[in-house]
Amino acid sequence: MKAAESSFADRLLGRVRLSGLLSLAAPVVAILFAALITSIVLLATGAPPLDTLVIMGEYGVQPRSIVLTLNSATTFYLAAIAVAIGFRMNLFNIGVDGQYRLAALISAAVGGAVVLPGPLHTVLVILVAMLVGAGWASIAALLKVKRGVSEVISTIMLNAIATALGSWLLNKERLAVEVAGSNNIGTKPIAESGRVPGLALIPGTEAKVFGLLFLAIAVGVGYHVLLNRTRFGFDLRATGQSETAAVASGVNVKKMIVIAMLLSGAAAGLIGMPQLLGASYSYSLDFPTGLGFTGIAIALLGRNHPVGIAFGALLWAFLDTSSSILQLHEIAPELVAIMQGTIVLSVIVAYELVHRYQVVAGQRRVSKELASGTPPQGEGASA
Amino acid sequence: MLQNRLGKLAATALAGSMLMGAAACGGSEEPATTASPGAGTGSAAPAATGPKVGLAYDIGGRGDQSFNDAAAAGLDKAKTELGLADTKELEAGNGETEAAKEERLRLLAQGGFNPIIAVGFAYSGPVKKVATEFPDVKFAIVDDEAAQGPNISNLVFAEHEGSFLVGAAAALKSEKNHVAFVGGVRTPLIDKFQAGFTAGAKAVKADIKVDADYLSEPPDFSGFNDPAKGKTMAEGMLDGGADVIYHAAGGSGGGVFEAVKAANAKAIGVDSDQAKTAAPELQSVIMTSMIKKVDVAVFEFLKAAAAGSAKAGPTVYDLKAGGVDYSTTGGQVDDIKSKLDEYKQKIADGEITVPSKTS
Repeated sequence: MKAAESSFADRLLGRVRLSGLLSLAAPVVAILFAALITSIVLLATGAPPLDTLVIMGEYGVQPRSIVLTLNSATTFYLAAIAVAIGFRMNLFNIGVDGQYRLAALISAAVGGAVVLPGPLHTVLVILVAMLVGAGWASIAALLKVKRGVSEVISTIMLNAIATALGSWLLNKERLAVEVAGSNNIGTKPIAESGRVPGLALIPGTEAKVFGLLFLAIAVGVGYHVLLNRTRFGFDLRATGQSETAAVASGVNVKKMIVIAMLLSGAAAGLIGMPQLLGASYSYSLDFPTGLGFTGIAIALLGRNHPVGIAFGALLWAFLDTSSSILQLHEIAPELVAIMQGTIVLSVIVAYELVHRYQVVAGQRRVSKELASGTPPQGEGASA
Repeated sequence: MLQNRLGKLAATALAGSMLMGAAACGGSEEPATTASPGAGTGSAAPAATGPKVGLAYDIGGRGDQSFNDAAAAGLDKAKTELGLADTKELEAGNGETEAAKEERLRLLAQGGFNPIIAVGFAYSGPVKKVATEFPDVKFAIVDDEAAQGPNISNLVFAEHEGSFLVGAAAALKSEKNHVAFVGGVRTPLIDKFQAGFTAGAKAVKADIKVDADYLSEPPDFSGFNDPAKGKTMAEGMLDGGADVIYHAAGGSGGGVFEAVKAANAKAIGVDSDQAKTAAPELQSVIMTSMIKKVDVAVFEFLKAAAAGSAKAGPTVYDLKAGGVDYSTTGGQVDDIKSKLDEYKQKIADGEITVPSKTS
């Protein structure tokens, strides 16, 4: 694949990769750029940029903060992988948000209704979540292959429907039970046997890391293996890069769309699991929302690469975690949202700039070599 | 090519170990940075300058012209009257986890803030947890009595009783025998408002028509802060024949008032005396408001805590205790005041029991 022929979308979604030193240049440029913008915002709001970063840094390395960051990152990582599976296939699954909320609600209700021996209970909850996520995503997949409906539109609509359906289900007459004396309402708590105990990985704090951290890691490894080590992964990437070429080489694109969407939905079903099985044990009114959209940002940040996404998720989680300490020092917590947004934009812009530089540099080298009479090297501007 | 692939696979596997690595790094720095729990210096706060008060809001925070602002008003009053040494207000982020709320309370407790007030039912679990970690710090939670402990005060309200009164007022003032309710988000809490309002209206006229609808469904809490949606819904209800609209929709209420003003109908405000707090050009359409005295509850708690006599467990601010009421600003309900006070007395005496649920 020659960089000069890649489209912006290819570069955006990390299908084309930079080579050598340039691959390091892009993230460095992005971080510098994000730091610059954030500093300007901080100065404009009257807070000293350096002190702010020191406050965040000091708080961020405390054992308890590390646990909080790891726990959030676990959830974010799963969300980003769910989005990334679609992205690699050129599918924009905006519906991850609805898929995980519905999956968490229904699996929480199932988990609360049954009591099974130890691991079976947990496995059942997780399986139900994956099935619900995949099931909800399959509606968009079928609409796309049968009727040509853009998955962007259908998944956004399905998010709204999932919200309404979730609200209807989360009712005393259906899946929910009342919490005595509280204005909250939620599903019946999952019994001890279904819960995943936390791990005391970090010394110096009583806070525990989600046991399902390992699920996230396994999903990351699985994502990598699936994409890069299997026939299916090859077909998926090929279809994502050029549908016509894939068809010509015998790939059944419709089937690929359905499978990719189902996988994305199943991964989306996992998003709520660390929180459900590791902390809240019930889906209630205050279950975290909007994770699907965070996942989109982190997938872009990590350029759909399993390791890149891990860094993106950790960075995002660290920023989220430090928002409380900023408020304590009279710095607006909205700053964190600005930082996150700036970082995503910077990464996109920086990679684009570096890609263009690479193309131009390659062309310049070729023309120089031509002018000096030496035959140009074959590899030219290949990425 | 194969090497490259293997490299990538190794990198993926490394991601996991890096997470662990980060964990290990943090661990080694632990002795220097750990703020030991229980070191809250609250008990050491000198009485001369008053206590340091921490306030944790749910989403919206100070400036929502409604629920959170009422809590803020109580804090402001305490600031001037009780001479608080320091106050700190933190607010929640959108769609955050319980862990984040817990951490917010813990940061306040570690920072020596005592007492600490959590505003909103979503803090139930976090307050319970952090209160056990800091037994010397006094906590209060508004709108929740599930979180109980020796150092937790639960400040709860009988919203249905106040709503009954404005429901009666609506029925007495309606010329078309048709009133309506706009709820912010369909939650058990807002259901209390609806139940009370409907019961009050029906108590006056058994055959009155009461429309009710909600702006958003949980977990979408935008209904508390979406004036445009509030306006659209109110317009629909007015077109449908209602001529008095009660809203329990926080910041969306402004839109309801706009629609009511355009239709020359009547509106009922919520939480604070909105004939005073709403935009000046809209105040005239607000015939009364159901006042939920979160400010009084917050102030009284702070006063008691400053005197060292904060009471653990639920304190119910009902009609009898003056925790909820209807407002008379603007004089629009003066002609029916005697009737409303009669209902008020009956509820306070227990002669009328107001339902707290619609179903």
